[in-house]
Amino acid sequence: MTATRLAKGGYIDRDQLLNFTWDGRTLHGHAGDSLASALLASNQQVLGRSFKYHRPRGLMSAGVEESGALVTIGRGDRRDANVRATTQELYAGLVAQGQNAWPSVRFDAGSISNLFGRFLAAGFYYKTFMGLPPFEWGSGTGMWMRYEKIIRKAAGMGEASRSPDPDHYEHAHGYCDVLVVGSGPAGRGAALTAAKAGLDVILVEQEAILGGDTLAQPQAADNLADQIKALKGAGVRIMARTTAFGLYDGGVAGLLERVTDHLAEPPMWMPRQRCWTLRARYTVLATGALERHVAFGNNDRPGIMTANAARIYLNRFAVRAGENIVIATNNDSAYAGAFELAQAGASVQILDARKSIPDAIRAQAADAHAVLRTGAAPLMAHGAKGITALDIAGQHAANWREAGKTDCDLLLVSGGWSPVVNLLSHRGVKPVWDADLACFVPGQTNEPLSMAGSAAGIWNDNACLLSGQAAAERAVAHLGGAQGSSAAPAPGGWQGAITPLYEVKVPGRQLKSFVDPQHDVTTEDIRLAHREGYVSVEHLKRYTTLGMATDQGKMGNIIGLALMAEALGKEIPQVGTTTFRPPYTPVSLGALKGRNVGNHFRALRRTPLHEWNLEHGGTMTMAGLWHRPWYFAHSGETIGDAYVREAQTVRRTVGLCDVTSLGKIAIQGPDSTELLNRIYSNPFAKLPIGKARYGIMLRDDGFVMDDGTTWHLRESEYFMTTTTAHAGKVMAFLEELLQTRWTDLRVHVTSVSEQWAGVAVAGPKSRQVLESCVENPAAVSDTNLPFMGVLETTLKGKVPCRIARISFSGERAFEVYLPSDFCPDIMDALWESARSMNGCLYGLEALGALRIEKGHVTGAELDGRVTIEDAGLGRMASDKKPYIGSALRKRPDMARDNRPRLVGIFPRDRREIFNAGSLLCAPDHIEGYGEGWITAVTHSPALGHWIGLGFISGGHSQWHDKAVVCADPIRKGNTAVEIVSPHMFDPDGERMYG
Amino acid sequence: MLRIPCPFCGTRDHSEFSYGGDASVEYPALEAPAEAWLEAVFQRDNIDGVQLETWQHLHGCRMWIVVERDTRSHEIHSVRPAHEGLASALAQSADPVNES
Repeated sequence: MTATRLAKGGYIDRDQLLNFTWDGRTLHGHAGDSLASALLASNQQVLGRSFKYHRPRGLMSAGVEESGALVTIGRGDRRDANVRATTQELYAGLVAQGQNAWPSVRFDAGSISNLFGRFLAAGFYYKTFMGLPPFEWGSGTGMWMRYEKIIRKAAGMGEASRSPDPDHYEHAHGYCDVLVVGSGPAGRGAALTAAKAGLDVILVEQEAILGGDTLAQPQAADNLADQIKALKGAGVRIMARTTAFGLYDGGVAGLLERVTDHLAEPPMWMPRQRCWTLRARYTVLATGALERHVAFGNNDRPGIMTANAARIYLNRFAVRAGENIVIATNNDSAYAGAFELAQAGASVQILDARKSIPDAIRAQAADAHAVLRTGAAPLMAHGAKGITALDIAGQHAANWREAGKTDCDLLLVSGGWSPVVNLLSHRGVKPVWDADLACFVPGQTNEPLSMAGSAAGIWNDNACLLSGQAAAERAVAHLGGAQGSSAAPAPGGWQGAITPLYEVKVPGRQLKSFVDPQHDVTTEDIRLAHREGYVSVEHLKRYTTLGMATDQGKMGNIIGLALMAEALGKEIPQVGTTTFRPPYTPVSLGALKGRNVGNHFRALRRTPLHEWNLEHGGTMTMAGLWHRPWYFAHSGETIGDAYVREAQTVRRTVGLCDVTSLGKIAIQGPDSTELLNRIYSNPFAKLPIGKARYGIMLRDDGFVMDDGTTWHLRESEYFMTTTTAHAGKVMAFLEELLQTRWTDLRVHVTSVSEQWAGVAVAGPKSRQVLESCVENPAAVSDTNLPFMGVLETTLKGKVPCRIARISFSGERAFEVYLPSDFCPDIMDALWESARSMNGCLYGLEALGALRIEKGHVTGAELDGRVTIEDAGLGRMASDKKPYIGSALRKRPDMARDNRPRLVGIFPRDRREIFNAGSLLCAPDHIEGYGEGWITAVTHSPALGHWIGLGFISGGHSQWHDKAVVCADPIRKGNTAVEIVSPHMFDPDGERMYG
Repeated sequence: MLRIPCPFCGTRDHSEFSYGGDASVEYPALEAPAEAWLEAVFQRDNIDGVQLETWQHLHGCRMWIVVERDTRSHEIHSVRPAHEGLASALAQSADPVNES
């Protein structure tokens, strides 16, 4: 193949010379080139090695369907594997490398596997390496594990960088009236018509410049530039370098915008790619059609490409791909290119598989001074690293037979065209086989969506334009505008009919004919799959891997279907087609994740005391989305030292803890009491004003949903607190009940979690701390604020606050809620007072230690599988009133005696440590699920040894006198434990009530 | 992605909503026997076609709505507030909000 850059023409800028590196060699191209066109103009023929056989591969196309020229772009962290050279824009300094080859694509040691090709046929992996014992000598899964590593290396594609992606990506959202995909004649016609009707139109084009198939044609007096100017003038929003990769429900399209992939030095502030979620009220798919190959011997040799690809290289990139050209076709479309290539100085022969062709087409061949042979087709290509000659087949009755040989350096193939129906297929619309056009055309859909142009099987430029206009008129009418008058042109448009041609073979000749070149699937593989009993197209796909490569069958699917149909003696529509799924072309994971990486992986909630906690030595931890203080280490302290000291200080003097993350809900309205009485399992009807009550909510199915305290503030106003984990769930459930089931209740619920910051003041000296901070110290006396008492009062500085004497730690304790804005100042005052009493700040770890000692449950215990009895709180549930869950919690299984019940756990040897997540087992039966599990452990400062909470079948009464093993096989091993009451410290609550 | 026309806010992505459940279920009175609750909580039809669903516009107006959706095509036929009083009030209002 001898390619030549033409002196004029094309959409390239000859004044801008761009140097780039291919496999270590410096080459150059021009601005406007693709990597493929620059490599072609530099006469680089072997651009890749095939997946299984390591056969040399070159350019097979000029677009997204490329199957041969897959290369690796960039180096270091910025390395992108399996990039189609045909879609990569050239920039100065671009570094590209061949892949799946060693030492290089031109001399690849792995190509030896080509010689053993017959062992690598369809299903080779399954047959060779997967067997059943005892017949698995040399095969079987054991061997497979060993071979797999070697095979993966030999049969591979490009290799990704193993370091983090240094680029950043964005998500973007958009809306429009009409989305037009594709900027060929149909897309441009649709966009202009819709915009002129006053609609907001977005036109997306995957290439860098607009034009679609128009770019493959000789330039007609700047006609295209004028049309683009008209589109802009009409207000069409144009998005080039943007692929509509998926179409989803509700008119939503996924777009990938390549922002900097074409820039030599992308500015830091630009994202590499942008992933758009675009919502369109109407969608016009003018996605064009892809030219098909034909299967014949060595049809994957470099120097064999589609006829239209050569036309694109010629007219868009001003590169004549060869000198001595054979064009093999079965339809009219290849003739225009024949003429243009001849004009550019090439000699052209045409093999037309059709017996008879229209006179006008014959005249086109004559204009090109082309030797035309009808009833002829390519049989086998010669040449090791590029085609040098071609064996020709001639038609004899219904068969092919050998009919001579000709020299050539470029073979162009047109096996017909396949409309790009992929996006419509994403919507679940099956394409329909059109036997006259020998292709799948779009099926019918009820969605606000139209196919236009060659995507609808329309081959003629003018008809494509009209079909685009007609589609836009349908869009206008659908969106309430005027009814249009244009009728959509019928599919087709060639002068002579196409003669289907999928494979050329003659009896008695062994040919290596590729169907899916990217996965090295041959015609023989398809037939082998059929012989081995695969009849469904879905099974065929998985057995042979046809259509499973990065091009997702754009090149080979139809040939594969045709061969399967032939083998089965059926027609193509009876064999069916596989469903195309998003994405249309590969989308980088970076674009899908956008900015949601690192600290932005998920939302972060900070309490109003966040900075205050940090300033006072807090180490933070995640609790759901919240950042909460974990512990406040003094210098030299470990986390273990810190939390033990904090918990001890709380039991001895006083401690302060930020508990803002608890859910807070304002419940207001005359029926508030009734609502609470229905949703809590314990009675709430008679809770006096100025009192709080601990309540347990069940789900409809009778299991525990959440717990918390609810404070009666005024006649028809309550303040509910929930756990941190279930705050959102409880709020949504209350709203659901009030809006769907109990619409007669006059209650309003409002989340006030953000409005109130919470501080727990816990310890024997907690009252003194409060006394020093409230305006009226008498209000917090034992008489005025007894256990479970609630007070609305003001702190010094006239800051309103809510205080309840409730305890999670088991000490005399208060929860103080403050308006979020005042929080740090008040905290200063509280802390000054607490510090003067040798108090401390404590975090989640100490909070956990204190509550485990008391056997108080949290999310670790209330995991959705636990009944109120399991949690040891059954006596709280009312028998005198119905409530949510009251009917179903009485189901027999939930009343079973041997259900896992909450217990406390001590190590038998008090010096031992054990882990949360361990299983509790009977000593003689340490296997399976055991008898229960451990939910939380801590070192208990009060008891002086490690303790835990957990569940064990039957609970304390069953196991208190029996030996139990805490089994932790993959961490610590077995530990002998004893089962105790969950109330491990101060079981009578004297410290809390006193 | 579904696009759900919220009767209060207009058409929004379904990621703003959270799915509730089968809107055709009539929840029994709290004091009803366990059998009635078993029916309401656990028994569900697996509908191939149009079904009634509750959704909450969680990241919007937080209203619970009833969506009539075709499980085969994901097409949404109608949307109304789950609260009957609100639904009838909205139906009588001259200027429904759900024209996006």
